[in-house]
Amino acid sequence: MNEFASIGELARGLRRGDYSSVELVRHYLARIQNNASLNTFISVTEDEALIAAAKADQTLQRGKAGPLTGIPLAHKDIFCTQGIPTTCGSRILENWIAPYDATVVACLASAGAVLLGKTNMDEFAMGSSNENSYFGAVLNPWDNSRVPGGSSGGSAAAVAAGLTPIATGTDTGGSIRQPAAFCGVSGIKPTYGRVSRYGMAAFASSLDQAGVIGHDAQDLAVVLSLMSGLDPRDSTSSDHVDSWLESVAESGLQPINEGLNIGLPGEYFKDLGEGRALLEAAARELESAGCRLSEISLPHTDAAIPAYYIISGAEASTNLSRYDGVHFGYRCENPKSLQDLYQRSRSEGFGTEVKRRILTGTYALSVGYFDAYYLKAQKLRRLIQQDFLAAFEQVDLILAPTTPGVAFHTGDLTGDPVAMYQQDIFTIPASLAGLPALSLPCGFSNGLPIGMQLIGAHFSERQLLETSALYQQRTDWHQHHPEVA
Amino acid sequence: MANIDINHLCRLAQLALNDAEHEAVRGDLERIIAMVDQMQAMNTDHVEPLAHPLDASQRLRRDEVTEVVDRERYQLGAPATQDGLYLVPRVVE
Repeated sequence: MNEFASIGELARGLRRGDYSSVELVRHYLARIQNNASLNTFISVTEDEALIAAAKADQTLQRGKAGPLTGIPLAHKDIFCTQGIPTTCGSRILENWIAPYDATVVACLASAGAVLLGKTNMDEFAMGSSNENSYFGAVLNPWDNSRVPGGSSGGSAAAVAAGLTPIATGTDTGGSIRQPAAFCGVSGIKPTYGRVSRYGMAAFASSLDQAGVIGHDAQDLAVVLSLMSGLDPRDSTSSDHVDSWLESVAESGLQPINEGLNIGLPGEYFKDLGEGRALLEAAARELESAGCRLSEISLPHTDAAIPAYYIISGAEASTNLSRYDGVHFGYRCENPKSLQDLYQRSRSEGFGTEVKRRILTGTYALSVGYFDAYYLKAQKLRRLIQQDFLAAFEQVDLILAPTTPGVAFHTGDLTGDPVAMYQQDIFTIPASLAGLPALSLPCGFSNGLPIGMQLIGAHFSERQLLETSALYQQRTDWHQHHPEVA
Repeated sequence: MANIDINHLCRLAQLALNDAEHEAVRGDLERIIAMVDQMQAMNTDHVEPLAHPLDASQRLRRDEVTEVVDRERYQLGAPATQDGLYLVPRVVE
């Protein structure tokens, strides 16, 4: 059994009867156990997985299997799962069990996918290195002394190490794309509103979006197809109808066959170090496949990080006010008063980075600072969005780096939050504009993977994924894997 | 940059920091606010703030009951409950 098989290959193996879903699930569970030192999972749901796999095997025997029937997957531990702990990587939710399933979880379960467990993450998705988890840092499978990226670092590292063929993630400012790049796998953040946020613990509600991490664009398309769509339970979920996306899980992803115009934003390439030559080679690969390249400008790129840390901090300070030591989650010992209960439960339950973000957001929203910070950031957000809308008048897609460099060493940036925030410089702008974007492996620098980011106009997932399929048909970077146990 | 009143922010955010955390947070917040203050040099005259990334307004639903009250199940995750109520320290003497 090839541990790095795509879900398409696994589905064919299941239908041919090469193995059963129970055998497949046991195989991945054993791999998770053998690679426990990577710390990619917060909980492993072995018993539930074997029951679900046995049920999937019955569906397969009846010839009623869909593209995900019996396929193992992992959910980032930010998605609510009924009966299974959902921690968000936080002490404050260490023992909390959700009373319901997130829409994403329900959709993929009803498609027959088998949950292996919940993946490690930066606490409440706040981080770019996965060092902010109450359950310990995740190791990068390419080099255990380096971070896997964050906040969906457990999902990206688990896919890269072949511990699950596919995993969900969430992306607020780059939390799918950046770890995908650092771990040498593919990851998509869809258009804001494409996937329901119901049952996905909120960090910054105007930015949060669920997506997928997997081995190739084909796998991303299948899973996205089955988890997206209008959800009446999320009033920000989009009613945009996309018959292509609805059917691509069944029909399969085809490489794009028209020559697209691809823009390379000067602002993203100007200070780029080790990855520059690889990104230029990737652009030339697409050019030789019939795409046309042109240089474009996104002049407000420098505004993205400041605007993002105000907007996401403000939204986080509001969203995380629900963790009060009363309604759910952690409560401090022997509270002397209600105030003491609130303050100590939150202070003992939240980690350092979460407190930092709450206080940044509180500052931005406090009397006298609202206009100078929050409103200013929202105006800059408009300018960033307009940069993209103007660019998409000229080009179909934007090709850019996902990260400034390769995965950094664990501990390198932990003492300097501002330096850590700069890591997201190339992923945050598309998040602020609500655009779909994905990261694909495009080469290696000193044995460490480099990611190429493709950014599309709103609801252009088809172009993004089909262009990715074209690139992955002509290159094999996505078929390089780390040596793991 | 204005002097950051950490105690005031902590009261607003219902956080209690010890002395060491207090000083570390002050240093971090000063650096973070200095970084975001780059915004002040950027011209945003006549720019409308953007609250929703697609400029959409939230969809309303029909005013119909769709959820059932299942208090017992929802309270399973609470640290302390009794007779369907959440327990907190005495507020009124």
